[in-house]
Amino acid sequence: MKSLSHILIAMVAVTSSLTAQARYNGEERGQPVMPTHVNAKWQQECAGCHLAFSPGLLPAASWKKLMSGLDKHFGTNASLSPQDTAVIADFLAKNASNRWTSSAAPLRITDGKWYKAKHSEVAAAVWKRASVKSHSNCAACHAGADKGVFDEHRVKIPR
Amino acid sequence: MKQTLRKMSWLVCLALPLCAAANPIQDSYRAAAKQENPAFKDFSATAGRRLYTTRVGELACASCHTDSPMQEGKHVKTNKVILPMAPAANPKRLTDAANVEKWFKRNCNDVLKRACTAQEKGDFMAYLLSK
Repeated sequence: MKSLSHILIAMVAVTSSLTAQARYNGEERGQPVMPTHVNAKWQQECAGCHLAFSPGLLPAASWKKLMSGLDKHFGTNASLSPQDTAVIADFLAKNASNRWTSSAAPLRITDGKWYKAKHSEVAAAVWKRASVKSHSNCAACHAGADKGVFDEHRVKIPR
Repeated sequence: MKQTLRKMSWLVCLALPLCAAANPIQDSYRAAAKQENPAFKDFSATAGRRLYTTRVGELACASCHTDSPMQEGKHVKTNKVILPMAPAANPKRLTDAANVEKWFKRNCNDVLKRACTAQEKGDFMAYLLSK
């Protein structure tokens, strides 16, 4: 009887770890998405133009690619001094998603499978609203986005 | 007495926005502009305003910073709020040389698709400081 319950526990453990692995094909954001202590340079430079996206939203390989191509950053030359680039790249790599198992390393957070799955219910028209405008405007619906808070229950889609 | 007066005038100068026109960052662009062009005279707020409203393709400075640098702007692509650029509305502006140069480098490229000259940077600052 005791061994049966052991087997059952083992089975549950195996199944849940399998589901975790299979989730979003391994393209899963980290837990947590934002570390307790953030880097001031990262905050200052990234938030200069957009929300300072939480490092855990992408895997380390994505951040590495992104930080080595700042001169061609989604249509803008966003290059920084080599020193600042190194500091920010290091912060991002160290706090990247710890649940991403896929070898895919998208440059856009919105290309990650977890992102697509989580936002599939949002109608196309919503993204076009002036109050939203862009997929990069996380804070339009997630008030705590700058703190890494993306809790589903706190989402408020603006008019 | 003379010394005290000089000190006092310096303090008064700090309190008056007019005196703030003597901006050390702009001074360094003045030196660079003289190097660029031996006939360089001075910076012009009018020329700076012209640059501010120059539209190349789809973009002008005003696209993100609104028609007045005294106002809060919004990034045209990401919707991120941009604090006013004129020091009269936002005293932190034009105080950090590296930061000023970084944004000139980036935004001249974004809007004009080229680097700005020292003359243009100084003119632009003259416009912001005239507000």
